Amino acid sequence: MKPAVILFPGSNREQDAARALRLVAGAKPTVVWHAEHELPAGTDLVVLPGGFSYGDYLRCGAIAARANIMDAVRAHAARGGLVLGIFNGFQILCGAGLLPGVQVRNARLRFVCRDVLLRVERADTAFTRAYRKNDLVSVPVAHGEGNYTADETTIAELESEGRVAFRYARPDGRIDETDGPNGAINGIAGIYSEKFNVLGMMPHPENHIESEIGPTDGRGLFQSLAMALKAA
Amino acid sequence: MKARVIVTLKSAVLDPQGKAIEGALHSLGVGGVQSVRQGKVFDVELAGNDRASAEAALKDACDKLLANTVIETYKVEFAE
Repeated sequence: MKPAVILFPGSNREQDAARALRLVAGAKPTVVWHAEHELPAGTDLVVLPGGFSYGDYLRCGAIAARANIMDAVRAHAARGGLVLGIFNGFQILCGAGLLPGVQVRNARLRFVCRDVLLRVERADTAFTRAYRKNDLVSVPVAHGEGNYTADETTIAELESEGRVAFRYARPDGRIDETDGPNGAINGIAGIYSEKFNVLGMMPHPENHIESEIGPTDGRGLFQSLAMALKAA
Repeated sequence: MKARVIVTLKSAVLDPQGKAIEGALHSLGVGGVQSVRQGKVFDVELAGNDRASAEAALKDACDKLLANTVIETYKVEFAE
């Protein structure tokens, strides 16, 4: 496993992502500056971390989505390489056209920073194989613009193709979009690309990996990646 | 040549910020406000005086960066 974590001006979760890859997946991630044109040779996973790239100027992720390194990330994804975008990374993936849709201001206009429950919609992808379908996992969110939306056709496609990765759930597993942290349509917290090799999600699995500081439900995502890339 | 680019949310897209501003205007007692939708304005200076090439450049700018055409529309105005 050879992950690259991309660092943009204003990223602030790159060390959390790198730490999770080290502690849970046993990997040695490289942090790559956004102005680079190439990923390190042999990169098999690209992580776009959370943060506030370019201070969220213009739109969240909009400027980072046009960074030099994004051409290399796009080529990596086109080859079937794995890409994980968390929070600002998800916003960047949407801004770069690697995932459809957009995150708009939270419905209640508040920055939301708390643990949420996610329902794992499928457990047969490179990102979720260490979970079981319909598992409820606790991970934190910390964002002001995570209200995922897209046009009706896109949402219908995502749903019919099974490309919703996680939904905000109640403790009984039911989805209630009005009860979610940000008002995202159909409670969508994360989505896959058409080939399921790109995942974007608003919550932070990298922050729930150590029992000393709380739940460890985020470990499954990094365990899944380790399993997927070991098998490859 | 000076141009102004105006980016606004498409009419079908909810605008919670506009709603909050609308509510604030009501609570300030500003009368007659029926609804508010907010957006962005970019004042751009372009080299040269060719209107057609300026329009083309600004369209390029909007499609590539200034607007997210999933949720936003834009229009360009030139200073007389």
